[in-house]
Amino acid sequence: MLGSLLHGISKPPGGFLPPDTSIFDYTKSCIIGSGPACVTKVSLLMLLSVVIISALFLAAFRKPKLIPTGIQNAMEAIVDFIRDGIALEVMGPAGLAYVPFFTTIFVFVWVNNVFGIIPGIQFPTTSRMAIPLMLAVLVWLVFNIAGIKAQGGGHYLKSVLFPPGVPKPIYILVTPIEFVSVFLLRPLTLSVRLLANMIAGHLILTIFFLGTWYLQFKIVTIPFAAASFALGTFMTAFEVLVGLLQAYIFTLLTAVYISGATSSEH
Amino acid sequence: MTALSLLAAATIGTPIGQGLIYGLAAIGPGIGIGFLVGKSVEAMARQPESAGQVRTTMFLGIAFVEALALLGFVLTFLVK
Repeated sequence: MLGSLLHGISKPPGGFLPPDTSIFDYTKSCIIGSGPACVTKVSLLMLLSVVIISALFLAAFRKPKLIPTGIQNAMEAIVDFIRDGIALEVMGPAGLAYVPFFTTIFVFVWVNNVFGIIPGIQFPTTSRMAIPLMLAVLVWLVFNIAGIKAQGGGHYLKSVLFPPGVPKPIYILVTPIEFVSVFLLRPLTLSVRLLANMIAGHLILTIFFLGTWYLQFKIVTIPFAAASFALGTFMTAFEVLVGLLQAYIFTLLTAVYISGATSSEH
Repeated sequence: MTALSLLAAATIGTPIGQGLIYGLAAIGPGIGIGFLVGKSVEAMARQPESAGQVRTTMFLGIAFVEALALLGFVLTFLVK
């Protein structure tokens, strides 16, 4: 960049190609093995996230001290946040049994979101449909099994499909809507919400930094390159917030779904 | 409505049409999130002691409203 500033104009390469969804496609570039089931950057990153999370939790809680210091302090803050802010807030004392599950989901989604802004990695693994979808299917299984366990199969279906306090003829309308929204739309929106947020964030960052690179070839456009770089930096900071918020919302909705399935008053 | 269908017919299959999908999908959720957060802030200001509960419910509501905009965002890639 300094060279082009000093020497004036160098030629921009071709036309500007805006990034599209192909930047999310790693299926053609296998790292280990070949064919459709090979290990790509995405699967390696996901395994890396598992290693990171396991290492952090082992380092923090292998030899827990009564007065926490260092990493134990930080990890306890996360678990505390899940317990007080999500499990107890949404489900009450019954939620305490689910704190490990919520913590796992929260930390996994968070680490995989944050991959999008770590220099050198810069790819949010949750922007591939497979990962949010599998998480959503897992949540779907957990809340259905929890509901069946708490209320019994027939009663659970009845409380979901025939909510009480509705005039009888309205059930013709209510039951199909409830069926679609609980059993089909819940896992879909849960996964698409996370996926679309991460795709959008990654695309915006790519566009701004690609724009910076493209605009710095001519002296006249260098102010625009600077503006693009500033906005890209700002969006990077924003992505920190989005990654945390999406992990929080994913966990919160999981808690709400489980709470709705296990509570017997309706 | 006629103007809207004319616009749809003129821009279908073009990048402008794809952009319009997201633009139109964002109108409703934009208004919705505005209302939602505004009312939540009002509630938190009136009763600061219930701020925690209001915040949780607010994020839940945002998540549901936002899903509509995000479906529109995904549609821009699906519609060719």
